[in-house]
Amino acid sequence: MKNSTRLLVLLLAVVLLGGIGTGAVLYAADRADRRDQEQAGGPAVRSGSVSLRAPGRQLVFRNLAWGPHRDEIATVPAGQLDGERTASGLKCLRFHAASGTGICLQAVHGALDDSYRTVLLDAELHERHVFPAAGIPTRARVSPSGHLAAWTVFVSGDSYAGTDFSTRTAIVDTRTWALDDNLETYAIVKDGHPYQAHDTNIWGVTFADDTRFYATLATGGQTYLVQGDVTGRTLTTLHQNVECPSLSPDGTRIAYKKRAPEASADAPWRLYVLDLRTMTETRTAEQRNIDDQALWADDGTLLYSLPGDFGADLWSTPADGTGAPRQLLTAAVAPAYLG
Amino acid sequence: MYLADSRDTKAPAVPDQRPGRRVAAVPGTVIALGAVSLVTDVSSEMVSAVLPLYVVAGLGLSPLGFGLLDGINNGVGALVRLLGGHLADRGGRGPKTVAAVGYGLSALCKPLLLLAHTVPLIGTVLAVDRTGKGLRTAPRDAMISLATAPEHRGRAFGVHRAMDTTGALLGPLVAFAVLRATVDGYDAVFAVSGCVAALGVLVLLLFVPSARRTAVDPAPKPALRDSLALLRLPGLRRLAVCAALLGLTTVSDSFLYLLLQRQLGLATHLFPLLPLGTAAAFLLLAVPLGALADRIGRRRLFLAGHVLLLLAYALVLGHSSAVLLVLVLHGGFYAATDGVLAAAAANAAPDDRQGSALALVGTGQALARFVCSLGFGAAWSAWGGHTALAVTATALACTAVTTYFLLRSSADEVAV
Repeated sequence: MKNSTRLLVLLLAVVLLGGIGTGAVLYAADRADRRDQEQAGGPAVRSGSVSLRAPGRQLVFRNLAWGPHRDEIATVPAGQLDGERTASGLKCLRFHAASGTGICLQAVHGALDDSYRTVLLDAELHERHVFPAAGIPTRARVSPSGHLAAWTVFVSGDSYAGTDFSTRTAIVDTRTWALDDNLETYAIVKDGHPYQAHDTNIWGVTFADDTRFYATLATGGQTYLVQGDVTGRTLTTLHQNVECPSLSPDGTRIAYKKRAPEASADAPWRLYVLDLRTMTETRTAEQRNIDDQALWADDGTLLYSLPGDFGADLWSTPADGTGAPRQLLTAAVAPAYLG
Repeated sequence: MYLADSRDTKAPAVPDQRPGRRVAAVPGTVIALGAVSLVTDVSSEMVSAVLPLYVVAGLGLSPLGFGLLDGINNGVGALVRLLGGHLADRGGRGPKTVAAVGYGLSALCKPLLLLAHTVPLIGTVLAVDRTGKGLRTAPRDAMISLATAPEHRGRAFGVHRAMDTTGALLGPLVAFAVLRATVDGYDAVFAVSGCVAALGVLVLLLFVPSARRTAVDPAPKPALRDSLALLRLPGLRRLAVCAALLGLTTVSDSFLYLLLQRQLGLATHLFPLLPLGTAAAFLLLAVPLGALADRIGRRRLFLAGHVLLLLAYALVLGHSSAVLLVLVLHGGFYAATDGVLAAAAANAAPDDRQGSALALVGTGQALARFVCSLGFGAAWSAWGGHTALAVTATALACTAVTTYFLLRSSADEVAV
């Protein structure tokens, strides 16, 4: 082949492949535009003022319904979940709130890449404090008093490895802004003995009060339920095969996702409830794969997200293993109850 | 000391040694292969950059499962590299064909990511991608060494690695430009990545000449076990043993960054910048250090590179706050060892066995580093990261001294 022929072939290929690439980008950009238009039959959303101390019981969540308020934090009355949603204008990937404190994990779209930040909010959703986050947000929780907040992100440490992920979990005291930015520095007591390992990952904090919390500890290919102590900076293992724990309002039970032995490897997690006094496990009626940190609506009902047409929907099921799951809210994720 | 390059029997009569005649030192084939690697790395790093985001934010999954596949991938990748090197040596157009298959396999994986929506499936696609990478590495390096006069191989590999790293640094920028334009259009990122990868394969097919053997008589085709017989060449054996020994005391990047972050109390959000620092230093130093290797001997520079690594360990152990210096030393370590080892191995093996020889040395080193990772992980669990690094650093110092004496007694080249 002559050089001129080679260059011609290359040029043609650049035009062809460039056309395919451009087409893919244009198609995706067009789809993004459509997401900004409201869908017929979708939930009604209007912008308004959202307060974490509004009267009455409300559900607050990240709204995923297509339209101008997609990804905004929105509320709906707890007694009328199919009613009109009030969108706050604040966009978060993950959100949680309690006693007038909100936590919002956000992406900041830069010119060259995305970065992430954790924003602590007051009851009117005004920024009180901002922390940079090390990676992609996945879990967020506020303690019942509103004094502590915790968040977890995924970090991929080495771009050349590509598949090497780990988690980072941080806790902040919103009274002093004292920050523990990596819970892996806490002392671990595993099965009654001090334990250290390079491969520890901690995620999914759920608070009991302003000192005690529960979380997931992964090490050596196993996951554990740990009880954490903010003052003593310790993590103590309590139970095996527990991920993303969520403490019931009365503090007696923990809902979590568990790797069910009979489930397929690509969808291994089922929703269980552990009684902390008897350490007995109850499997809920939800038979599908759950990859979320559940939320307790009350002492008997669990809320969790499942993949849906617009990203995710919220479902609920009784915590005692009876009944059947039902869909509560379409196009919503990262819920918390107010009031 | 080193009989550097002096035993070469058939290289062109050293015209390039004269001042002002260094232009031809990097042949067109090397530039073409560098362009292929650059384009391919843009493609693969585009995917690496957005994959965690896609899995967590796009699919709503937890990506931790990928880690389990890594160990398997490493082992398979090492064996595939040996196979690629062996196949490359087996016929007239060998290296180019095998490299094209390797690049092609990885290119096919990008559009496949559009269809994979679960962690195990994505992990499988990544494993196939790695197989392609393992297959193409040795034939590509063999083509670089065959196209270059032995006395300039250090610089040639340096140029190739610098172009390769440029692609790796550009990839994430392209990926995020696409994500910006499409508002989380991960499918568009994968599609563009596939197009870029296809372009890389095409540049290879069009602009990289098939390596023509100088040998007129067709030698009997080597069997796979003959690869191991290459270790009978004393120069190559010593090099392979030394690369493996040093590999046994080379802490993997992830561990080093983790230690750096913890020992120095570095803010966690700066963590993702650490690999970028190493890559930037690697990019800037690869060509000058490659050229230096040609001047003072590749084996000597290969050892010197490990001394840089030792200095980096010492800084981390001493809780020095000079993070930038650690990264420059770490990048310098790669610049002084990655292409330089390939150049040294190329010069220690006959021309018709370049693929197998390069794969053998590279695989030995990769497996040794993998063993080091396992050991280091266990040591970290038992004694803590600081002690584990102190032990590894001591071991590295010992192996460096051993290696110094081992390499000193052998020539840089084999008579062919």
